[in-house]
Amino acid sequence: MKSYLSPVVALLGSAALLAVTACSAGAGSSSGSGSPGATQSLAIGLVAEPASLDFTTTDGAAIPQALLGNVYNGLVKQDESGKIVPDLAKSWTLSPDRKTYTFTLVDNAKFSNGQAFTADDAVFSIDRVKTSWTTSLKAAMDVVQSAKAVSPTQLQVTLAKPSNDWLFRMTTRIGAMFSKTGVDKLATEPVGTGPYTFGSWKRGDSIVLQRNDDYWGTKPHFGQVTLKYFKDPTALNNALLTGTINVIGTVQAPEALSQFTSNDKYQVIEGTTNGEVLLSFNNSRPVLKDIRVRQAIRAAIDHKALLDTCWAGRGKLIGSMVPPTDPWYEDLTSAAPYDLPKAKSLLQAAGATGKTLRLRLPTLPYATSCGQVVKSQLEQAGLKVQIDQLEFPAAWLTAVLKNADYDMSIIAHVEPRDLGAVFNAKYYTRYDDPTLQQALAAADAGDEATQVAEMKKAAKRLSDQAAADWLFLLPNLMVADKDLKGLPQNAITESLDLSTLSR
Amino acid sequence: MILRLVERTVVLLVSLAVSSVLVFAFLAVLPGDPARVALGVNASEDAVAELRRQFGLDRPLTTQYVDWLGGLLQGDFGISYISKAEIGPQIADRFQVTAWLVVTAMVIALLVAAPAGTVMAARHRKLSGLALSALSQVGVAVPAFLAGILLIMVFAVKLGWLPANGWTPPAEDPVMFMKQLALPALSLGLVQGAVLTRYVRSAVLDVLREDYLRTARAKGLRPFPALWRHGLRNAAVPVVTVLGLQLATLLIGAVVVERVFVIPGLGSLLLDGVSSRDLLMVQDVVMVLVVAVLVVNFLVDLLYVALDPRLRVSR
Repeated sequence: MKSYLSPVVALLGSAALLAVTACSAGAGSSSGSGSPGATQSLAIGLVAEPASLDFTTTDGAAIPQALLGNVYNGLVKQDESGKIVPDLAKSWTLSPDRKTYTFTLVDNAKFSNGQAFTADDAVFSIDRVKTSWTTSLKAAMDVVQSAKAVSPTQLQVTLAKPSNDWLFRMTTRIGAMFSKTGVDKLATEPVGTGPYTFGSWKRGDSIVLQRNDDYWGTKPHFGQVTLKYFKDPTALNNALLTGTINVIGTVQAPEALSQFTSNDKYQVIEGTTNGEVLLSFNNSRPVLKDIRVRQAIRAAIDHKALLDTCWAGRGKLIGSMVPPTDPWYEDLTSAAPYDLPKAKSLLQAAGATGKTLRLRLPTLPYATSCGQVVKSQLEQAGLKVQIDQLEFPAAWLTAVLKNADYDMSIIAHVEPRDLGAVFNAKYYTRYDDPTLQQALAAADAGDEATQVAEMKKAAKRLSDQAAADWLFLLPNLMVADKDLKGLPQNAITESLDLSTLSR
Repeated sequence: MILRLVERTVVLLVSLAVSSVLVFAFLAVLPGDPARVALGVNASEDAVAELRRQFGLDRPLTTQYVDWLGGLLQGDFGISYISKAEIGPQIADRFQVTAWLVVTAMVIALLVAAPAGTVMAARHRKLSGLALSALSQVGVAVPAFLAGILLIMVFAVKLGWLPANGWTPPAEDPVMFMKQLALPALSLGLVQGAVLTRYVRSAVLDVLREDYLRTARAKGLRPFPALWRHGLRNAAVPVVTVLGLQLATLLIGAVVVERVFVIPGLGSLLLDGVSSRDLLMVQDVVMVLVVAVLVVNFLVDLLYVALDPRLRVSR
């Protein structure tokens, strides 16, 4: 009997041993977060991990959130109040025909590969958006006719037509400045001029950034910042409660905030974002083509009650597609007040009472919870609502966004200044409105005052036409150690700026 | 014996072949276009089509399948659609993490189940046996992620003894490794142990009713020594079977527990892959899991023979 038993046991035993040695051998090769050393370090808990580090070919907000403003600089950036301010460009002028921008660049910026930053790199970066980027955002660079270096610190960019939007887009990821000699391994080894350099990436866990000691601007306080990624909101909260992280970058479940507000070890920050949570309509559907139906839906929704129920009252009611940090913001919440009798009579007049609308929701926390409230409020006004959950992103993107196979949906549009992108005939809103397009074109071509006036017109038009219903603006909710300073109140840029943080 | 080995090997190979077809086929019909997810919300149709071509998604399904399987057989797992990184090394990395978790949980489960189950069986008419039985029933009812959350609440948040999440490779910092492994392995292991306890109990009960044990008792051996000398090895046969089958459950439990404890194992890789429609990655991970389960069951089959001489007789 023994003669049979032992070989098998030996086999199993050696297999186990192999497994163990393989484990420890492999473990050595995957380097960890490293020791903080003499410098202070900080850990921030975030939700979405980047799929790659290359935002020129991979979409998603997580990559610029980690790298833009930290590893990469742009020529210009947006401050917390929404203003466009200098970054690698110290100053700039605009020609009278509003087509030629001349930028004066800082002369002491260096890439992390040792190369100096010059106007040539800026030209290279701008041209490269058109030639090598594959994400849809590259379209914002189409308006550029030519970019040329007048001197190492002078850059001239000529547009095909006047466009206010172009300079704004330069504050986003498409404005990031790359090194001519540092774009071979963007997905794994990003090279930029920023206050931090890329340290390491433990996939599925965290990204570590190291202070750039050669940084041309004010050097950041923290020597090392770890961005740690959590899929589960409870795990994120626990990580702060147990001291694994110092900041919750985005609170995922506002109803769980009380455990932090009642504890004086923590501070809670609440501000605004660019994330308009839309009850979007498919404006090409027969029922929703009728403006009376769309207006009825807006009147049937009690926005204050909805926000209290589904997002713990955190967030801002906006009434149109403009967040308060844009220069043309106006409070349009009174344009469509809650008015149930009006909603009922509008539906009756349109002959839509009793009609069934399909509300196709992505599997996102705010959409799932607010969808139920929307359903019950619309049913009080006399519509029937059929809720249909679609897995996000893949299933929702295909069914709703690509095929527009829906009547209504709920999704936050987090892109900055995205009014024109969201409301046009080609997008999933199928909103075809020449009046709106005229206002948008005039806004883009005119001077600052015209831009503000025309954008106000556009936002008003959308609200009056009830092209969608704006449920609320997502709040910027952060929780952090009490003594941490410099956290942004408003999260309106694509980047999570780490350089301003200190203790 | 040889015949049995050959027979089992054939079964293993056929199962592997069939599973590879199923895994491929199921993912091929999954809604959601990887190229569209990769390119995001505003992508043009041209860009999506071009990326589909780059991914090779425009080729016939049979070609895609043959290429994929051919690559796997040569140890080439391909390149991720989304991160553009090689999949093989990532899976190897994550597999080690999950292996630590599952193996530790299995050990905990056995350490709990073997003594508890035996005591429950030997004292099945006594109060202590019944109490243990009731306790294990509770354990069976609790899902591993809930056990995880409870353990975090008590040992991490309230008492602050152990970290609530994270993972450090053992070679880097063995103490931290063990601290971080403790709670997730316990939450998987305890629940699994409770399930296993019930199998151990019934296996031992069966053995207790066997004639040879009655004979041993009649010759004057007390219950536990009798069990120890004559019974446990026989009771081990059904338990080993269950242990093999439970590996699959344990791997699934690990997927969820990895999320609760933020552990970068195969589970989180799989979930990320599914949500970003990184189909090749998902195919590879699922296939690795399938191979792990099938191979363990194969080994369990061989282990029977070692444990039970009656199976060794050629049929």
